[in-house]
Amino acid sequence: MTVPISYYLVLSAIVFLTGLVGVLIRRNIIIILLSVELMLNATNINFVAFSHHFHNVTGQVFVFFALTVAAAEVAVGLAIIIALYRSKASINVDDFQLLKW
Amino acid sequence: MTLPLTDILAILPELIVVGAACLILVLDPITSAARKEWLAWIGLGALAACVGVTVSQMGVTVMAFSDLVIVDPYAGFWKLLLYVVSGLTILLSLAYLKEEAMHLAEYYGFLLLSLAGMMVMVSAADLLTIYLGTELMSLSLYILAGIKRTEGRSLEASAKYFVLGAFSSGILLYGISLLFGITGSTKLSAIASAIHGRSLDDPLLLLAMILLVVGFGFKIAAVPFHMWTPDVYEGSPTSVTAFMAVASKAASFGAFMRVFLEGLGGLKANWHGLFLIVCIATLVLGNVVAIVQTNIKRMLAYSSIAHAGYALIGVVVAGHATASIEIRSLGLSSVMLYLAIYAFMTLGAFAVVALLRKGGVEGEDIEDYTGLAKRQPVAAFLMLVFMVSLAGIPPTAGFIGKFYLFMGAVRAGLTWLAVVALLLAAVSAYYYLRVVMVMYMREPDASVTGQPRLAASPALAIVLACALAGVVLCGLYPNPLVALTQQAILALK
Repeated sequence: MTVPISYYLVLSAIVFLTGLVGVLIRRNIIIILLSVELMLNATNINFVAFSHHFHNVTGQVFVFFALTVAAAEVAVGLAIIIALYRSKASINVDDFQLLKW
Repeated sequence: MTLPLTDILAILPELIVVGAACLILVLDPITSAARKEWLAWIGLGALAACVGVTVSQMGVTVMAFSDLVIVDPYAGFWKLLLYVVSGLTILLSLAYLKEEAMHLAEYYGFLLLSLAGMMVMVSAADLLTIYLGTELMSLSLYILAGIKRTEGRSLEASAKYFVLGAFSSGILLYGISLLFGITGSTKLSAIASAIHGRSLDDPLLLLAMILLVVGFGFKIAAVPFHMWTPDVYEGSPTSVTAFMAVASKAASFGAFMRVFLEGLGGLKANWHGLFLIVCIATLVLGNVVAIVQTNIKRMLAYSSIAHAGYALIGVVVAGHATASIEIRSLGLSSVMLYLAIYAFMTLGAFAVVALLRKGGVEGEDIEDYTGLAKRQPVAAFLMLVFMVSLAGIPPTAGFIGKFYLFMGAVRAGLTWLAVVALLLAAVSAYYYLRVVMVMYMREPDASVTGQPRLAASPALAIVLACALAGVVLCGLYPNPLVALTQQAILALK
């Protein structure tokens, strides 16, 4: 039995929206980073599902690149957050008021 | 598997830049603080080599790496512009970093990596390479924005840029995945032919298109996706701000136009109206909000938003559904011309801001410029030229750029759009000329004793001279640049 492609699309849309809403409403910068990761992983679900559907490896290749980029992004992001925490002792975005948001 | 030599040759400029960046990053820890500047010269040498390679590649179209990369005159034009901007930024940084007492050669490494990302973006023929290029550019810029690790403002700018940049990349990537699902390919040419046979009202296709507009809208700082721009431009080191405002915007426009005109060209009836709304919103918001700014970097940030709005006029003309190919090509070439001219005047303005740093205090408030003409006539005159050019007053280059954009709009039957943009250019004259007025028509504050200390250096003088030459020469004799942009446009269908 094969799972219809629309199931994957609905799953990825739910995961993507969870991430999107998380970025917009959460105040802790680590949670925001995790929400961005959810958005990227929703994309990966899409790519793998479509790749399977089309019998085409392009989507799977794309997932490898997207995963690598996401890892690099987390590395840079956490470095910035650590530097920020050292200077402000906070990771709540409401405490970053030097520049008008 | 072996890589064919032709493929390697096609990406030779990218390889040179990445090689130089890695060399700088490796040499950084073993170089003494006094010699860090030498590493910047490695970067400049690499750029000079790249100019040679790219010039020799102009005029031919080569596809490489199974159609992931395209080397055509369009990519060549953007690359040449990016080399000039990066070279001037490195020279500007030499002076600026010395003033800041930041002896960091890794700065130049990340600058070159960011440039490599931009080069991949403009010569990408596949959404995969566009995504990778965008990320390489953005990740390096996040680091550069926060490179002043001890300063709260710089770190805050970096964090804001990172969060919103990663967010927009997520949206862009989701749009790419949907487009892959609809068309079965990530190649722009395959996407174009797949879209050709489909109905324009496919909701999934429209959703994918809108997600791509949002993703690119963040990168080019178009309203309503501009909110990161003022904060990041104000908080970042001035040399990084100049690089972001000019290079990342030019590269994003290059990739953006290739995606929408080549890949999604069949959908232009759908995106044309969307871009028209974004264009007008960007023009109005950028120009109006710039009026109330008191910090010159923030004012230049809003001005850069407004200039993205002007460039979007050309994109709207290029995507006009009923205009002839000739008029649409004029729209496309005028965007390229405008961004090249914008590069010189904006770099020049930021170089003056960097020049006016006073020991430890950023000379960033517009009030700091009071009576500058009496105290520092040369710096004031340079700022005058750049401000006049940004406002688009002849005989400067800014006028030529706006002239071609408005001409395209009028010939495409969008006269009302040209009139709106012209009225907003008059609004912009208010805030640009206010800086001139503060410099020339006010007496220096009596409490300011003596000369303000200028962060002058030979490198900064070269940057200012190049920017001034660009602004004045393109204003008086624009033909070579206009001809170059007209030869380098994409073939529109």
